[in-house]
Parts: sequence; C-alpha cells; structure tokens
Amino acid sequence: MVGPLGNTLDENWSGVLAGKSGAAPIESFDVSAFSTRFAATVKNFDPTPYMPEKEARKMDVFLQYGMVAGIQAVEDSGLEVSETDAPRVGACIGSGMGGIAAIENNAMLIAEKGPRRVSPFFVPGAIINMVAGNLSIKYGMKGPNLSTTTACTTGTHAIGLGLRTIQYGDADVMVCGGAEMVTTPVGLGGFCAARALSTRNDDPQAASRPWDRDRDGFVLGEGAGVLVLEEYERAVARGAKIYAELTGFGMSGDAFHMTSPPENGAGAALSMQNALRDAELNAGDVQYINAHGTSTPLGDKAEIAAVHSVFGSAADKIAVSSTKSMTGHLLGAAGAIEAIFSVLALRDQVAPPTINLDNPDEACKGVNLVPMEAQAMSIDAVLSNSFGFGGTNGSLIFRRA
Amino acid sequence: MSSIEERVKKIVAEQLGVKEEDVKPEASFVEDLGADSLDTVELVMALEEEFETEIPDEEAEKITTVQLAIDYIKENLG
Repeated sequence: MVGPLGNTLDENWSGVLAGKSGAAPIESFDVSAFSTRFAATVKNFDPTPYMPEKEARKMDVFLQYGMVAGIQAVEDSGLEVSETDAPRVGACIGSGMGGIAAIENNAMLIAEKGPRRVSPFFVPGAIINMVAGNLSIKYGMKGPNLSTTTACTTGTHAIGLGLRTIQYGDADVMVCGGAEMVTTPVGLGGFCAARALSTRNDDPQAASRPWDRDRDGFVLGEGAGVLVLEEYERAVARGAKIYAELTGFGMSGDAFHMTSPPENGAGAALSMQNALRDAELNAGDVQYINAHGTSTPLGDKAEIAAVHSVFGSAADKIAVSSTKSMTGHLLGAAGAIEAIFSVLALRDQVAPPTINLDNPDEACKGVNLVPMEAQAMSIDAVLSNSFGFGGTNGSLIFRRA
Repeated sequence: MSSIEERVKKIVAEQLGVKEEDVKPEASFVEDLGADSLDTVELVMALEEEFETEIPDEEAEKITTVQLAIDYIKENLG
C-alpha cells in the first residue's frame, strides 16, 4: 500500500490505528488561486527500490503508486507464478481518472512546442489499465488482465470483479486493487469547481471529519492499494498466509443524480443488501462497517440512513467508521485501501477510528461511529462500502479465515 | 562545451538507463543497449531537443547506432 500515511502497509495501518491525519498543504504546484489548497498526499515516495528509474520515468505517478503497491502485495503473498500456473493468475486494478498529470503535461507541451514533442510513452504511461498490464509483464501473469473505472467505487469493484473471476473459474488468483493521483491543477481544479472538497485551509488535518456537524466536503487523497485474492483450496494447499476470506460482493446504481446520493441512501442500501445475500449473512452477523464516509454533508447522512434501513435494530451494535477521516479520499484507490483496512481490522480484532468527530451530526446518530480512538472488539465479518459519482455503489464482505 | 560525441553519449545513457561507458560508438540501441521501438522514438526526440533540430521520421529510422546518431548530428548541424 502507498498512501497518505506512509509508503508501506504497516505504516498506513499503524497510522490509521493511531488516528493520524495524512492531510497537508499542497506543495507540488502553486495552489494560491485554488479554493482548496491542501490534500492527503503521498510523501517521500521513491519508486526506484521497486523498478529502474528508466521504467519509472515512463509511468504517470498513479502507475508508479499502483506498481509499488502491487509488488508489495505479491511479495507479501509469497505467490510464485510458474509457467503452468501463469494462465490461471490474473490482475484487476483500476483507477478513477488515470494519468491526469501526464495528460496535463502533454497538453501543455503541445500548446507550447507542437505535437512532435509528445512522448511515445505518453499513452502507455497514462492509461488506466497499465498497473494491471505492467504487473502482469513483471510477474508473467497470463490470466485475465482487467481494470475498472467507476469513480470512487473503482477499487471495490476491482476486488469484487476479481472475486467473480475466480468464482466463475476464469482464474485461481487475481491481484486486485486501485491507484490514484489527481493532485494536479486540473484534478484539484475540477473537484474544487464541483464544490466537493473541504475548504478548511487553515487546518487541513481537521478537514476530513465524516459525520461531524461541521464537515464541509472531502479531502483529496492519493495512493494505491493492492491485495491478492486466491481460490481458498489453492491458498490452503500452498500454505499461504491467509488474512481473511472474501465472501460477499454487492453492487447497485442510484439512478438519481450525477454527484449526489438520494437522501435515504437507497442505492447504498441495495448494495449492502446484495453483499449480505452474496455472503449468506444476516444483518446481525456483521460487527464492523468500513464506511464510504467521505465527509460530505449529503453523502455521510445518506450512508447512515442506508445502514439503518439495512441493519434495522442490529445497527446499534455495529461499529461504523471512516478511515477517510485520516487518509482523505483516494477516489479510485479508496475502496482498495479500505478493503485492506477491513481485512486488517479482522486480523487484529480492532475497529479503526473516525477522527475529528467532535460533534456528531444529529442525523448520523444511533450507530457507534468509533469516535477519535480505535476500539478493540470481536469481529467475525466486516463490510466495506464505496459509492461513486454517477451513483455507482459497491460493497464487500470479508470474514475471518 | 562538450563535443557532439560526448553530448550524444550522455543523452543515450540517460534515455536508455545505461552506463555511459557502455555507450560505445558501434553500439546498437536495440540490440546492445536494450531499447525497444518506443525508446528509440523518445531517444530521437531527446536528440532533437538537445541539438535544437528536427530529425524527419525517415531519417530517424536510419539512426540505429550511437555512431549513426553522431554522424547525423555532425552532418546536419555543420
């Protein structure tokens, strides 16, 4: 994992458990004219321990994040791709927006110097499916090679699609996740213009405050999360380190508005219901929800309404937290890093906190939002939600292996 | 000011991620220095930038070794 709290899984997870915020003023370009001037950026990132500098130069930063996270995940899994296995090992790694920085830079180059100056590596260095593509080349993975692009649900859908690919029998192993880096003038400008971002410029670390009454938009994050899904018997047979079992995947569409959910969170509810049904679980079987919880006024309320409608009387026993209070919103990578946090919540039997929750919104009460500090608890099943622009929803359920 | 030879070698080393001492005059970009077709396109672009010239595509295709690049620059910048 590469994220706002560190460039390894351990740094991000320990940061999340400690309630650290990854938000900071943006220093990579002049932000003085932007309404939001901070983000949860990746710090001190160096791809060269993972790939030669010459390779890194051909990749937009989101691809570098994705490759580093992917290499970390494959190495942690102990997966070895033999010639016989190769056709059964695939990848599904998405991105919400892809190589925005490369697109911007080459557009400016054309304006200044003409089309002859566009790099031949611009296209393969910017398109969304190239994390999956480059990883497959590195490890010789000849199975299905896929990518998802469903805005902020990208990472969740990539993992769900990986699950289905294995369940359907098209592969035995799928390396899944998402990568994102849109902290650029066009990326930031676009989200500023959509009034989606917090403008708490005087206190970036307090800006991502899901369910707090003073929340005013999300904090742009960046990074990548990748995990390895493997058919259960195969994983057991090779003695793999099994973190958790992915048992449910649900999807839905809001059919409502480009960027806003319906107030009752009906689409979110349908997604969670579908995941529960897929996992063959009842509402009372889930102990922790890693919420989408972006810190937007409407979205946070709708998600809690959806939790009440799906879990009914069981809702008051469930812990619901938003790790975005610390990592910001990684867009197409959000679902991926949050799925990983969900898995680690199971492993360590702890619900990570929602920081900055000083005054919970009246409309978001009635569930344990894990305010300020992580809570040790007994967890058998975790549900992870993602909802994206376009009204695209996805939910994953993991259980203790 | 370094010589044309030195400047070409430096660019080749940078672009292809190889050591400058491996950039011998007879070295072929593809066969000896590990370049693929996209690398060679970018290498020509880097040469154009460095020497503030434009190398037509049909000429660029013929530049396959370090020496051929040096020769082309010398002939066309003279």
